[in-house]
Amino acid sequence: MLKAFENGADGVMVIGCMEGECHFQTGNLRARKRVERVADLLEQAGIGKERVRMVNLSAGEATKFVAFANEMVEHLTELGPSPINLIRNKQPAGIAPASHAEDSGEKA
Amino acid sequence: MIIGNAKPLEEILEMLEPFDKIIVAGCNGCVTVCRVGGQKEVEITASALRLARESAGRPIEIREETLERQCDPEYLEQLRPFVEDYQAVLSLACGAGVQFMAEKYQSTPLLPGINTDFIGVTERQGEWSERCQACGDCVLHLTGGICPVTRCSKSLFHGPCGGSVDGHCEIDKSVACGWQLIIDRLKALDRLDMYEKLRPMKDWRTSRDGGPRRIIREDLTQ
Repeated sequence: MLKAFENGADGVMVIGCMEGECHFQTGNLRARKRVERVADLLEQAGIGKERVRMVNLSAGEATKFVAFANEMVEHLTELGPSPINLIRNKQPAGIAPASHAEDSGEKA
Repeated sequence: MIIGNAKPLEEILEMLEPFDKIIVAGCNGCVTVCRVGGQKEVEITASALRLARESAGRPIEIREETLERQCDPEYLEQLRPFVEDYQAVLSLACGAGVQFMAEKYQSTPLLPGINTDFIGVTERQGEWSERCQACGDCVLHLTGGICPVTRCSKSLFHGPCGGSVDGHCEIDKSVACGWQLIIDRLKALDRLDMYEKLRPMKDWRTSRDGGPRRIIREDLTQ
């Protein structure tokens, strides 16, 4: 997750299985706690804890996935580029290219 | 094992203020097991530091290294070929490892990335508790395998104090009274006679009272 931010992502959305329905039993619950830890680190690093988010989905909920993804994009558009992208690109608004953001999704 | 805890990023950033090119050095020993200073934590710490410094407009170059142990000289030597190329080393090892590395690399500032807390055990994933204070004169054979130095908040040697209530210590209800544990265990072993036996006062010179300690094993030294 942190690498995604280093590689230029403005935000990361982690997707886990529905709570109580994970093949790895508590894998998704632990993933959520780790997302919280990363959020805390991002806050301490001055990037902002609100740039990382975890949602729960089952494999068959494509429509819901699209809704969550759109919601995340809107959220990040409101926040604007991460402080790192502001410095790298010297641009005041708009979401910066996130070359590795597609790697940051995680199915717990 | 030795249990540690990560220092707040803010504190580490303050330590790193004078530097722009550093090594973050982890240790594959105890701090890997307690998830505070192994390779994974080196990656996380280095990443968080790079993010923090770049977002503050002052990027930092970090080399990530994890040694087998930082408390043995042969592994510390692995940094020698390139350590001079860096301005400082942030070590995620225990205090022993940080100090030993500082001794070996006299011209490189060594910074502690974690706080070293205690010698303890893994209660469950993510939870550790203290078991030994390295007093240098083990009495566990007399106390049912429960250490009065560590488990009693006052390190008493003659049984529970007046602060022991319903098996809990007065300092915190979540802390078990060490002496209650000892008595219960001796009862279970049918060895309460050991509790009643008078013993000479403990010689604390083998503990910290005797100053920094050293062991020399003639059968091993060369």
